[in-house]
Amino acid sequence: MKAGIVVFPGINRERDMAIALTAASGARPRMIWHQERDLAGLDLVVLPGGFSHGDYLRCGAMAARAPVMEAVRDFAARGGYVLGVCNGFQILTEAGLLPGALLRNASLRFLSMDCHLRVERTDTAFAGHYQKHAVFRAPMAHGDGNYFADAATLDRLEGEGLVGFRYAMPDGAITPEANRNGSQRNIAGIYSANLRVLGLMPHPEDLVDPLMGGTDGKPIFDALAATFAPRSRAA
Amino acid sequence: MKAIVRVMLKNGVLDPQGKAIEHALATLGFQGVEDVRAGKIIELSLAETDPERARASAEEMARRLLANTVIESFTVELAG
Repeated sequence: MKAGIVVFPGINRERDMAIALTAASGARPRMIWHQERDLAGLDLVVLPGGFSHGDYLRCGAMAARAPVMEAVRDFAARGGYVLGVCNGFQILTEAGLLPGALLRNASLRFLSMDCHLRVERTDTAFAGHYQKHAVFRAPMAHGDGNYFADAATLDRLEGEGLVGFRYAMPDGAITPEANRNGSQRNIAGIYSANLRVLGLMPHPEDLVDPLMGGTDGKPIFDALAATFAPRSRAA
Repeated sequence: MKAIVRVMLKNGVLDPQGKAIEHALATLGFQGVEDVRAGKIIELSLAETDPERARASAEEMARRLLANTVIESFTVELAG
């Protein structure tokens, strides 16, 4: 798997993401500075978490207008795979690559804790190593993770099966209590219409090794590595 | 020419900052505050001297960056 991680000023989870991608695929990802425009040869582009441009104006607003994002938009339009986690999810919505927006947490508190996610569909390059409706643990660390979209957009996302992950109780129940940031319909992650762009608020990359306290997030990276492994061997 | 862009969350979008301010005002003893909405004001000093072109340019800036029209609405006011 040839993965690239976009580095914006103020991003701080790019090394965690590199560890997760390298562990799954054996190949080190390329670090891509936000002013670069060349994504040639990549299977996957990752927008990692952090606080790009200090979260000024709105989270992800400046990063979404960086030169690299024109290239990411073209890459996605050509069917490229894109993963945005936390700030990366915010950047994807600000860039218009995913619908909706991430508002201030309903509690107004920065949430730094583990949450549980229910896998809503598994027939994607990201979630294929989970069982349908599996529940896994993931750390979250954000002040603006409250997913919002208008009712028509939410209905379309649900109708087209584009809700990838929801905040859940450990037993899989979708409850207000599990929804710490106040997201509409407990939405934690959504896909683009072609299922190749995923935005996800919590951090699966931070649970990929027993030394980190668990491997709950590892299946996402294993699934991506498996998706691109045959092509790499053929080439 | 100065353009003042006022950005507010759209009606129907939860404004937790406004709610927190509302609660704090009540704690301070201010009575009768029925609703609080918090927004942003962005002042642009523009080289443009034609009001119509200045407004059009500020509106384009608001649409493309200053406001996220998924969740926010904006108004542009020209001053001096």
